[in-house]
Amino acid sequence: MEHYLSLAVRSIFVENILLAYFLGMCSFLACSKKVETAIGLGFAVIFVLTITTPTNWAINHFLLNKGALSWAGMPEADLSFLSFIAFIAVIAAMVQIVEMVIDRFSPKLYIALGIFLPLIAVNCAILGASLFMAEREYTFGESVVFGLGSGIGWALAIVAMAAIRKKLEYSNIPKPLRGLGITMIITGLMAMAFMCFAGINFN
Amino acid sequence: MTQKLLSKANRRIVKDGLWDNNPITFQILGICSALAVTVQLKTALVMCAALTFVLAMSNVIISLLRNMIPSKIRIIVQLSIISSLVILADQFLKAYMYDVSKQLSVFVGLIITNCIVMGRAEAYAMANPPWKSFLDGLGNGLGYSCVLIFVAIGRETLGSGTLLGFPVIPQFLYDHGYVNCGVMVLAPGAFFLLGIIIWIQRAISGYTEEQ
Repeated sequence: MEHYLSLAVRSIFVENILLAYFLGMCSFLACSKKVETAIGLGFAVIFVLTITTPTNWAINHFLLNKGALSWAGMPEADLSFLSFIAFIAVIAAMVQIVEMVIDRFSPKLYIALGIFLPLIAVNCAILGASLFMAEREYTFGESVVFGLGSGIGWALAIVAMAAIRKKLEYSNIPKPLRGLGITMIITGLMAMAFMCFAGINFN
Repeated sequence: MTQKLLSKANRRIVKDGLWDNNPITFQILGICSALAVTVQLKTALVMCAALTFVLAMSNVIISLLRNMIPSKIRIIVQLSIISSLVILADQFLKAYMYDVSKQLSVFVGLIITNCIVMGRAEAYAMANPPWKSFLDGLGNGLGYSCVLIFVAIGRETLGSGTLLGFPVIPQFLYDHGYVNCGVMVLAPGAFFLLGIIIWIQRAISGYTEEQ
């Protein structure tokens, strides 16, 4: 249990997927102008990450890895070079399915998330989490915790950023620095702040 | 083709991506991977080469197929073309530059979701002939590379005092108490440097964002 807790803290705070690995920057910069949209997108990312990381774990474990196809009588096969194309296809398909399910059971949430759901398919954070999961050879339980933790970390960062940018509207910034420039520098300061969590460890 | 291959208009396409319409500082695309690989200049150079290859080739292929791709499923067609090219680049790196490919780890794979590639495919290659699309991909790839190389030079010299692995900070500075700037090796340094580079580029080109 402590192991999972430690992994969760690590993926949310210490190795925040956005602030330490720079993943999902594009939508982070584009959609952090309003707090409401940031919250909506944050939840959508948590949701999709928690589903796609374990799904890709299963694909990797039962189809792609070296020797994974032994249940089908082909212990020699090594399809791991196909992992990129398989992961992105799974992500695109999962996003589509999630979109349809939400539309069917909760039209309210569907309208709230609306335009963001399709965009998530090309969010680097989603593919990045799956690739990290494959590279670090997580187990199934770990991949669930890692997906959820990375999603929460990403959501936390974008909501905090949106709140800061709201305050920034009242400050006097040099013209060429406005927008992207100052956002990058604030992100840097946030990354420094998140590094303070590095000492936390439950093991 | 009535135009010459490197006519003025075509050179303009390349220059557009390099400066006026730079993908990182102007279009805010492809920042995700731009920062993670810039701790050392060597990894940044390899990443630039891989991205420019994928970008130019995907633009050409998508432009050749542009009249055959049904518009409803164009995203998935583009994604599969791009990911096949990324697999090629990744296998090449694994075969010939194994240690660099280990350092780049997942970031070669992340070229698939790099917004520049998708963005140029969608915005340019779907509507223009192959040669122009190739130039557009080349220009944008080089524009991305320029920013990446600047960030990498800054981070490697300030952070570890080397360039491409060779020491560039003279020893007597260390003797007089100069210390490498540790923050440049970590994530925040990349954000600061990129923010400053964007500031300088925009101050020169005069572009400002509406607030």
